[in-house]
Amino acid sequence: MPMRKTILVACGTAVATSTVVAKSLEEILRDRGFEVVTRQCKASEVASMTSGVDLIVTTTPLPGNLGVPVIQTLAFLTGIGKEAVIEQIIQALKF
Amino acid sequence: MNILDFLVPGSVALNYAAHDSKDVITHLGKCLYEAGYVRETFVEAALDRESRLPTGLPLSGDINAAIPHTEVEHVLKPGLAMATLSAPVTFQNMVSPEEAVPCQLVFVMALDQPKAQIEMLQEIAGVLQNPPVIQSLMAARDFEEVRAAFAKDQSSS
Repeated sequence: MPMRKTILVACGTAVATSTVVAKSLEEILRDRGFEVVTRQCKASEVASMTSGVDLIVTTTPLPGNLGVPVIQTLAFLTGIGKEAVIEQIIQALKF
Repeated sequence: MNILDFLVPGSVALNYAAHDSKDVITHLGKCLYEAGYVRETFVEAALDRESRLPTGLPLSGDINAAIPHTEVEHVLKPGLAMATLSAPVTFQNMVSPEEAVPCQLVFVMALDQPKAQIEMLQEIAGVLQNPPVIQSLMAARDFEEVRAAFAKDQSSS
């Protein structure tokens, strides 16, 4: 059984941006053999959403000290530095 | 459903001479309102959101983009408005709001059920990652040329 990890994806309104990022993450990581579940939330809700979460990926600034690793990136929207961020995410998830 | 299904013909402004980011958001938001896609509250909500949670995106090519949008309660049905600007205006960077991003391509998104509109959202992300398509959009002189530019993106993906 592969380990299943949970990624919380945060953006400003939890409408557009985090939907794109969550979908990209699921597809890219699944293609590489990693099983992940994503949840979406607004940046302002993150602090109350970290239970059971292995990693937070955000496109907007977040408060510090969330107790969960945080990766801030626009790579899934702009493509810039995407490969490096994917590596960083896989490392952070400790598969 | 793809970008072309959502793009509202009366909400495409080409070579628009915007004074600033507020001007272009207001213009496109009003177009969406007049076309019946959003509530009257949309423009103010989108401006407010942009000031708190900006949407400027530095891209890999010469042109940068912004994707203003707001909460679903201001939206009546899903649609997309677009402007190419005759000169860049300043948006703030989504991930680093203290950083100014000169943007010349603006998509104002009216979304009511993001999960149902995921393909359109992914296509916009695909366009943002495709400098040749952005060049074609910037050069477009009418709606037909905008359609052709997006169609090119689909055939290349």
